[in-house]
Amino acid sequence: MNRELIKFLLLVVVVLLAPLSVSEGYLLNVLVFVGIHTMLALALNLLLGYAGQISLGHAGFFGLGAYISGVLTVNHGIDPWLAMAIAATTVTLMAFLVGFPILKLKGHYLAMATLGLGIIIYIVFNEAVDQTGGPSGLSGIPNLSIAGITFDSDIKNYYLIWTATLICMGLALNLVHSRIGRALRAIHDSEVAARVMGVNARLFKVQIFALSAGISAVAGSLYAHTMTFIAPASFGFNFSVELVTMVIIGGLASIYGSLLGAALLTVLPEILRTFQDFDIVVYGLLLIIMTMYMPGGLVQGIPALLSALWGKFKRSPAAHA
Amino acid sequence: MKRFLQTTTIALLLLVWASICGASAGTIKIGALFSVSGPPSFLGEPERNTAKMVVDEINALGGIKGRKLELVVYDTQGDATKAVQAANRLIKEDKVVAIIGPSTTGETMAVIPVAEKERVPLISCAAGSKITDPVKKWVFKTAQNDGLAVAKIYEYLNRKKINRIAILTVSDGFGSSGREQLKANAARYGIQIVVDDTYGPKDTDMTAQLTKIRGSQAQAVICWGTNPGPAVIAKNVKQLGIKLPLFMSHGVSSKKFIELAGDAADGIILPSGRVIVADVLPAKDKQKKSLIAFVKDYQKHYRAEGDHFGGHAWDAVMLLKGAIERGGDSPAAIRDQLERTVNFAGIGGIFTYSVADHAGLSKDAFVLVEVKNKDWALVK
Repeated sequence: MNRELIKFLLLVVVVLLAPLSVSEGYLLNVLVFVGIHTMLALALNLLLGYAGQISLGHAGFFGLGAYISGVLTVNHGIDPWLAMAIAATTVTLMAFLVGFPILKLKGHYLAMATLGLGIIIYIVFNEAVDQTGGPSGLSGIPNLSIAGITFDSDIKNYYLIWTATLICMGLALNLVHSRIGRALRAIHDSEVAARVMGVNARLFKVQIFALSAGISAVAGSLYAHTMTFIAPASFGFNFSVELVTMVIIGGLASIYGSLLGAALLTVLPEILRTFQDFDIVVYGLLLIIMTMYMPGGLVQGIPALLSALWGKFKRSPAAHA
Repeated sequence: MKRFLQTTTIALLLLVWASICGASAGTIKIGALFSVSGPPSFLGEPERNTAKMVVDEINALGGIKGRKLELVVYDTQGDATKAVQAANRLIKEDKVVAIIGPSTTGETMAVIPVAEKERVPLISCAAGSKITDPVKKWVFKTAQNDGLAVAKIYEYLNRKKINRIAILTVSDGFGSSGREQLKANAARYGIQIVVDDTYGPKDTDMTAQLTKIRGSQAQAVICWGTNPGPAVIAKNVKQLGIKLPLFMSHGVSSKKFIELAGDAADGIILPSGRVIVADVLPAKDKQKKSLIAFVKDYQKHYRAEGDHFGGHAWDAVMLLKGAIERGGDSPAAIRDQLERTVNFAGIGGIFTYSVADHAGLSKDAFVLVEVKNKDWALVK
């Protein structure tokens, strides 16, 4: 058995057993959001970390998934699972078409174009009041259900979301270790060199963009069906930036890094709430410190920190005397 | 550097621990969700300030039946996701007996399923009428419904024999709810909306929309928004020399609006809660005592004028206090007692809840005011 598989199975076991040690319902609810955010960070990391293409519009794809699911189930009475499939397909297709012109751009220009895309989507949520309910949101979205089980409690949602998250992580791990993953990294390092080597850089970039958008849409659908309410404010520019932060803090080009980044940025504000009015300041400071001292993200920073601490511990026996 | 970092980390962890353990026994815990930061902070900040002030005062006077209140406030930043997370935390970790807030309609709609499922009374400080229509067992609200403000304006228009109007609403939660109500009630008052236009919350020039209105048959303009948009519209109206009477919503009934609009504010009429005209109310007004007390208190604590938004929180805390005094501190008892609140003279109006009505106010909660000489005057 290879190491990758063992690592992944270990994670599966941890995820399965985590609810046993979490007695409080509230923490479970936070973990549900960690799962959703992990899917999103993962999707963005495929694009940003592996292919090296930035997107500041991913909150838009997330929102599209949520809204397509929400509108179809609430206004048109379509089955939630079918709505989710429609959402994922539509968004993937849309990203694929939009990707061709947009991904010709590089660097700041690509950032601007995706930013614009995200804002356009956000405006549609706000203005299409008849369908989306406008700025005050869409309520009454049904929970998902399968074989008589309705996912209406934190514990059920936890297993629903994390099953989806683990499937996405498994697929992503597979993808990045395949020929496609290597091609993406080649594009990341030098697009020209990759093309000289016979990699169809343009097509790969568009495909990964579409895949990334598709995963975000699935996360959006799941979000809509677990929250049962959605409003445009959750899918604005700020959230796009938060997603980029998750990816960078967690570690670029690392699937597990996405999990760490998403977990940290979801749990940290909850812990910092005890600082009341100063929570935002402390939050910002911690992020600055982390990017300064862990430039490789948490996925490299935590092992480095642990080994440094361990080294110090061994060198000074007085420490535990 | 490393040592410093370690020490800080440990210190931080201790602080967190200490504050978690800080909760003492025997108090009654009340939760609050306000958007203290983020775009709706103009709502959340006065609400938080007021709630803290009122709870401190209740405690200084010996609490409720000898038991102190403890207020746990979380900032929702105007985001529905954060509001739901915070609501879950209030209920499941802090084990509060009731929740005040959130500040906006969107956040409230997001939190409602949580409150309903966990059976904890929620007193929203947001205005949207869909919060309590249809009635939800565990959900109440203190902010006046937008429909009541619309009715107040339309009645005035009827008296002045104006029946063709233009509406200009902001494209956010407040504006779209107002637009809905303006359109829904127009026919009942025999009013025809000849121009229906919107503007963005961050727009800085509305001459395009106003030029269109100038060219129409409209006899009056109604603008629905919160600062700063309406101030821009007031100025644009003056610049374009439009002579039509201009009406605003209760969203701008604070001194801030007059400051922003300057001379252009003169003559504008709007429906408003009684807070801003507390001084000039007739002595027999039932709310006068509460209003004066609130305004004075807020001035003393925060050196700023108490406004409606703070008033919503004042009402929510006082309604809770009444319910706990009458029926004890279990969430179910509080809910039952809230529903039996009769003729409570608060800041937003005189509240009477019932099984069929969890909004509790009539259109008398509003008075019409006019801006005169940079101050408010009651419209008779």
